[in-house]
Amino acid sequence: MAHFTKATSVKDWLNQRLAIEKVEKVMASEYWIPKNINFLWAMGMVLAITFALLLVSGIFLLMYYQPDVKDAFYSVNFTIMRDVDYGWLWRHVHGVAASVVFLIIYIHMFTGIYYGSYKKGREMIWVSGMLLFVTFSAEAFSGYMLPWGQMSYWAGMVITNIFSLGGLHLDGLVEWIRGDYVPAQAFLTRFFMLHVLLLPLAIMGLIGLHFAALRIPHVNNQDGEEVDFDAEAKKYLAGDKAGSKVIRFANDFMSKDLMVVGFFLIFFFYLVFFQYGFALDPVNFDPADGLKTPAHIYPEWYFLWSYEILRPFSVNIGLLAFGFAQVIFVLLPWLDRSPNAVPASRRGAFSVWFWLLLIDMIVLTAMGKLPPEGMFSTIGLVAAVAFILLWVALPFITMNEKKV
Amino acid sequence: MGKAFGAVAGVGAVASLVAMKKTWDPLPSVKAAGFTTLDMTIYPEGELITEKWRGKPIFVLKKTAAMIAKQTESQKARDIVVGDSHFMIAIGLCTHLGCIPAYIPADESFLCACHGGMFNWAGEVTKVPPPRAFDIPPFKIEGTSLVLGEVGPEFQAMKDSGITL
Amino acid sequence: MKNKEPLILVVVVAFTLLTYWLVEPYAHSVMHKHVESEHFAYADLKPVAKTGNVASGKELVTGAAACTGCHSIEKEGMPAAMDAVSAAASYGVNPPDLSNAGAIYDAKFLANLIVNPAHALKVEHKFDAAKGQSHPMTAFFGAGGDAEQEVADMVSYLQSIAVKPEEVTPKMAYENACGRCHAVSYEKWTQVGEKPAFKFEKESLAFDIQVLEYQEHLTKYMGKLPPDLSMYIRSRGEHFISTFIENPQAHLEGTAMPRVGVTAEAAEKVIEYLEDAGDTKRHERESLGKSVLIYSVIFAIFALLWKKQVWKDLH
Repeated sequence: MAHFTKATSVKDWLNQRLAIEKVEKVMASEYWIPKNINFLWAMGMVLAITFALLLVSGIFLLMYYQPDVKDAFYSVNFTIMRDVDYGWLWRHVHGVAASVVFLIIYIHMFTGIYYGSYKKGREMIWVSGMLLFVTFSAEAFSGYMLPWGQMSYWAGMVITNIFSLGGLHLDGLVEWIRGDYVPAQAFLTRFFMLHVLLLPLAIMGLIGLHFAALRIPHVNNQDGEEVDFDAEAKKYLAGDKAGSKVIRFANDFMSKDLMVVGFFLIFFFYLVFFQYGFALDPVNFDPADGLKTPAHIYPEWYFLWSYEILRPFSVNIGLLAFGFAQVIFVLLPWLDRSPNAVPASRRGAFSVWFWLLLIDMIVLTAMGKLPPEGMFSTIGLVAAVAFILLWVALPFITMNEKKV
Repeated sequence: MGKAFGAVAGVGAVASLVAMKKTWDPLPSVKAAGFTTLDMTIYPEGELITEKWRGKPIFVLKKTAAMIAKQTESQKARDIVVGDSHFMIAIGLCTHLGCIPAYIPADESFLCACHGGMFNWAGEVTKVPPPRAFDIPPFKIEGTSLVLGEVGPEFQAMKDSGITL
Repeated sequence: MKNKEPLILVVVVAFTLLTYWLVEPYAHSVMHKHVESEHFAYADLKPVAKTGNVASGKELVTGAAACTGCHSIEKEGMPAAMDAVSAAASYGVNPPDLSNAGAIYDAKFLANLIVNPAHALKVEHKFDAAKGQSHPMTAFFGAGGDAEQEVADMVSYLQSIAVKPEEVTPKMAYENACGRCHAVSYEKWTQVGEKPAFKFEKESLAFDIQVLEYQEHLTKYMGKLPPDLSMYIRSRGEHFISTFIENPQAHLEGTAMPRVGVTAEAAEKVIEYLEDAGDTKRHERESLGKSVLIYSVIFAIFALLWKKQVWKDLH
């Protein structure tokens, strides 16, 4: 048993039992971050804040929401939106944050791809990040079911239908997922459970893993420089703060993070109060009706690119393409054969690949929303094929890259 | 022994997965409501009766002798014969936006109130916007009864030939 | 080293805005038909050429076998001949009370409605005279004199008894023009009137049964039950509702919904009523939004100042 002495202060008492000084050093004051980073490195903190907003607003929505097909729509649109004081605020914050969180995730992802932050010991950061993307997607989808509006119902119908896996006709699997032949009570209650319990638990666990995966390889930097963290930390601690290439996580890095969060919140609250239509789809303000299909069924904007990879092909090929799109991002650290962990701008062909991928995904996103007719379906098909070809080409492009 | 203990624990975990899987299954009440058996001897000729199957309205129209006589090849392909009676059986939703069309006996046709789409007594589109004829629910003929929700050879043939989705 | 952050910010913002524009304004302009407002001019209808006489209008409106045979004028002490449910059984829908019709509906529309209901209401596809289908409202063929003058007289009379146009309340406009077909459950409005708070469940159920009976007749008349409009302000938006009221056929060709002929002002009142039902917190949202944005700016300024202080030694 460890030896305990009479505590001289509350801090000392805690320190003897929890080693808080050591934890503080490892996680904050001597968690060394490279100095040459830009505001894109603050997206992790922006995501943490957005997740906190989702969690807090979600708790208050949960206090009045009724997961019952007869009452769900009413509890959201009457009870929460009209009766509960500031209920409308929680709903707008929750709905807008759910959409904005994906914008930030995409920026965070493309930042990682651009600067090669998935290489040289940082593979687990990338993989845990992609797992977070998948769980966030499931969380977003299950949450979208809860208001039980027309889009909830029909998105639930269309997306769960994907699990019949086309030519395999696994209708039994679809019925198992739904607990019914059509989305109904069993479906709503189980997605409610997923949304408020199982998936948030998984997300929180994965966030822990994501942070842990970052601690040992350290944060990447915008110049692809290999920083000797121990030597630079010594320099910093010796007093040469300006000359050192590293800074403390707290307060040095955090002050910059929070500055970016400050500007982000202006943008976020502008959306919450004045520009929320993109996140709270008007069609979902019509109550769910299994006897009436909406004129256009489309997923939320952040799912559109993968939806469009499914759509332009025949059923079975579409599903294969869709499955490919879901897993291929995870494999990025192994598909990129180049030894260089430097910004894309210095990697020649990879730079072209990066911008093409980004533009292709924006084209897919746009076509995924537009009705699949005429020119739009042709463009969608070309973009979907291009997406697959880009990923197939990646190992060959990066294999011959020169070491910089 | 550690491995053996692990194996025993594994068996327990897998066994509990069975319970978890079963708990997600559709309830018996839901399953029972998924198959609707219709006694096809009770329908009067030329009159539309609406049944319900899995939350959807099902149109049942027993064809009159005159209708049977004037059937074209494409209409015959949609014809459902139980015993010696001929039926038009379809999911009663307009294939445009899913409204429920009304049957007008005088015209022997269906009119959708939403956007004016029309279907004839055989379920084919006679006036756009509906993109295709009424969908036919999966069915299986059992003697003089029809089970909705089960796929019989007659339905499979219709599906394979693209008459219905 | 050159600071790349402004350039990076421009790139991030540009791609974000491009994506937003593609999936929101652009995609919606492709998916939804845009209908321009005609400012409730009802240009297709014949103008009222004559000046009406209120006194003779009163005789025509309230005379035997005239308007009041079916329509009540509560204001003038003329009750309805039948309750709402029986009226719906006879006509498909309860005929509106005419007390404030002169203020809610456009004068030109009223004049045309009296002469040819199906034409003014734009439901000739449903009530085709050639096929022997006639609208439940009987057309007025003249009372023996100059028919055009008589119609002008009737409209003048209706205008004379109505409240002033600016006194029309949102509730008044909605209930008369829309509320006999469309319920607004969030405001407790049913097609037969506002549901009172009953002391006994039995009374409450009896009221519900009346509503259901009315809805049955209405469904038969319209082809389907007209939707509850509680959340329409959020699901359809102001522009859609306004242009839809003005001319339903422009949005949904062949729809059974008639053009109701409200004035531009009354249409605004209807919108206001729907905002009060489905977007009650809009004023709170706007005022709180301003405060929160001001606070956010202050928050960002302090965050910026703190960062500058912390980083002073780091450069």
